[in-house]
Amino acid sequence: MTAALETVGLRKSFGALAATRDVSLRVEAGARHALIGPNGAGKTTLINLLTGVLRPDGGRVLLDGADVTGLPPQGRARRGITRTFQINQLFADMTPLETVALAVSERRGLGRRWWHPLAAHTDVLDEATALLQRFGLGDSLRTRAGTLPYGKQRLLEIAIAIAGGPRVLLLDEPAAGVPEDERHEILAIVAALPEDVAVLLIEHDMDLVFSFARRISVLVDGALFVEGTPQDVARDPRVREVYLGEAAHG
Amino acid sequence: MLTILFDGLAYGMILFVLACGLAVTLGLMNFVNLAHGAFAMAGGYITVLLMGRLGVPFLWCLPIAFIATALVGAVLERTLYVHLYSRPHLDHVLFTIGLVFMAVAAIDYFLGAQQQIIRLPQALQGRIEVFGISVGIYRLFVIGVCGALVVILQSILAFTRFGSRLRAAVDDARVARGLGIDVNAIFALTFAVGSGLAGLGGALGAEILGLDPTFPLKFMIYFLIVVTVGGTTSITGPFLASILLGVADVAGKYYMPKLGAFVIYALMVGVLLWRPHGLFTRRGAR
Amino acid sequence: MTSRHWEWVFWIAAIAIPLLFPSKLLLINEIAILALFALSLDLLLGYAGIVSLGHAAFFGVGAYAAGLLAKHGLTEPVSGLLLASAAAAVIGFLSSFLVLRGSDLTRLMVTMGVALMLLEVANRFDTITGGADGLQGVTMGPLLGLFRFDLYGRTACAYSLTTLLVLFLVARRIVRSPFGLSLRAIKGNRLRATAVGVPADARLVTVYTIAAAYAGAAGALLAQTTQFVSLDVLDFHRSADVLLVLVLGGSGYLYGGLIGAAIFKLMQDGLAAWTPQYWQFWIGLVLVLIVMIGRERLSAGARRIWARLARQHAGEQPS
Repeated sequence: MTAALETVGLRKSFGALAATRDVSLRVEAGARHALIGPNGAGKTTLINLLTGVLRPDGGRVLLDGADVTGLPPQGRARRGITRTFQINQLFADMTPLETVALAVSERRGLGRRWWHPLAAHTDVLDEATALLQRFGLGDSLRTRAGTLPYGKQRLLEIAIAIAGGPRVLLLDEPAAGVPEDERHEILAIVAALPEDVAVLLIEHDMDLVFSFARRISVLVDGALFVEGTPQDVARDPRVREVYLGEAAHG
Repeated sequence: MLTILFDGLAYGMILFVLACGLAVTLGLMNFVNLAHGAFAMAGGYITVLLMGRLGVPFLWCLPIAFIATALVGAVLERTLYVHLYSRPHLDHVLFTIGLVFMAVAAIDYFLGAQQQIIRLPQALQGRIEVFGISVGIYRLFVIGVCGALVVILQSILAFTRFGSRLRAAVDDARVARGLGIDVNAIFALTFAVGSGLAGLGGALGAEILGLDPTFPLKFMIYFLIVVTVGGTTSITGPFLASILLGVADVAGKYYMPKLGAFVIYALMVGVLLWRPHGLFTRRGAR
Repeated sequence: MTSRHWEWVFWIAAIAIPLLFPSKLLLINEIAILALFALSLDLLLGYAGIVSLGHAAFFGVGAYAAGLLAKHGLTEPVSGLLLASAAAAVIGFLSSFLVLRGSDLTRLMVTMGVALMLLEVANRFDTITGGADGLQGVTMGPLLGLFRFDLYGRTACAYSLTTLLVLFLVARRIVRSPFGLSLRAIKGNRLRATAVGVPADARLVTVYTIAAAYAGAAGALLAQTTQFVSLDVLDFHRSADVLLVLVLGGSGYLYGGLIGAAIFKLMQDGLAAWTPQYWQFWIGLVLVLIVMIGRERLSAGARRIWARLARQHAGEQPS
């Protein structure tokens, strides 16, 4: 069976620093897959390679078996790879409704339409509203995104990625910086993501990783180190040494 | 042919002295100072007035032009510019265009719109033969002065404590601050010296570039070309870009007088299509 | 009153003022043309976030195209306007590829460079353009075959205001469409915009072309209503002035350019009587003051008023 997302021998260097070394990763359809690794292991570089922000020095990225290595970010997004950002990347001057409506209208290929106002595309607005309500953002549809509380901004990050109708969703530390008492909202949303979407979660928070993932890959120094079920990974002495050991030390 | 190369070299050297301050301030604070040419014009007019009204010899005017414009630059930087660093580029553009317009109109009002002529000392007039090429003595002088300045600037950057701090600040202002470098003080000093150099360039270049109230507008695009093509991470980039621009402009005007300045604009467009981030910038730099 | 009411008030005033001040028709015509030019820059700067120091390039192309068409036989104004606008759009399309990449600084240089290049071309090919003497012998036929362009500017004023209104309504549709939304997204955060699938380059090429067509239409109006074109249409001043106009009125809500144009021209009219030669000094001073006071503060004020009106229209509580 073809994987939803697959990389073959992906490589990327910045000068003398090899940020990604020969990474071959499979994310199955509908997977709940986590990518963990110590700081500086190259997780963000890998995401940027998967989404097309960076061009690899070698290797390929396959989406449902089709080579997308040559596609720019917008092309990959339209094919079904969407992402959230570790640091919020929102449109500060747009409302959540506009933001999500943008993602929906681009997915439906309406983005080039310049004659009919957005307000006339009621189906787009309805879909965006419904999605935002599901994310608990129903009461701030028309608030400027830049003025939303941080926790809601994190939710909006995920909502945008979902609105793009992904086959594969890359979550880059979705709960980063969210205060303890608001985390459960994020966790609930992540747990309730559509079953048919393959999710690759990049995360530091081990509770979140182990509650969510059915498969875990460990990235160390730009290379895939270990891959397996949560139990395997948790038991693996090498992982405990490089990763969990480090986490235990602080 | 060689004479053109030589004239282009002199021209390019002056462009570099005029624009290098802009390159450094841009790299350091990411501030787009379109009024840089107004400082150059100030230097030129200071020389004209000192020579014409007070009879100060030309060679004395050059350091005075440098110091006076540096002071003006320092005062403006501390009072006005300093508030704008964190603002968007559009604000930089509007503000500095405003300054240019005010400077242009003010000079026009007080001194008139005509071309100013600088009477060079006898010793710098005329032409001599060097290696069989006939060259203007003044251009030789300009190349000498500017060449010396390039060497001095490069050694300051490369060998002094101030230079290393400046390079660190250009590389990454935040990290430099973290290391305890007073970036604001460095910037104030650099801005003053950069303005002073522009003033000196204006004084030196009045004879070659011409001097009238529209000077800052006429040469704005040249400065922009120097810093975008040359980049702002070093001074060698702008230096090479200046020389290239100088030679291309002189050659273009000589061989294709009908096209005039068209040549350099076309060249600029070509360069940008080929390398959108400039000819001499590091790959992946801003 | 709702925002729609305010829009009606605005346009009724725009139509009533020429009727009330028949001696000022030429000035009102100039305001309408400048307003259209500023509207075009607003599409670029206010919505797509592209800073331009050479928007006069397209104004100039439109003006010369309209002037040359009229001089060489096509004296019918409306088709001349459309063709001139199309010519500007072509130049805009071609030069748009230069502003796609690079920083604000490269954009400043490129936009300014393109305008200077065209100025140089117009200056050198003086057998066609008239060079520094200007393009002489432009004569326009009657508008729609009915209305002659008269000395008092009656036809000119009506023609320019109507063109402005029509193109304004089109612009309003553009910015409210999904396409307009994607422009605001690119301006707001290009990285995120591409991550949701917005092809940023293609959208910017499109809006740059549209803005060039608008600027070309403004230039054509000037050429047709004054029946003269000079190198001045491509001058750097024109690019800088239109920036000031837009900043005066506030960018990003379409009416800014229109309001700014009225303020600018009235200011110019007033000051010109006093110090015609040094008018430039006052432009400079206004620019410096606007920035020192805070452009954001000024335009946020204007936007807030507008948003309040819009909210009342939508029947919602102001948040």
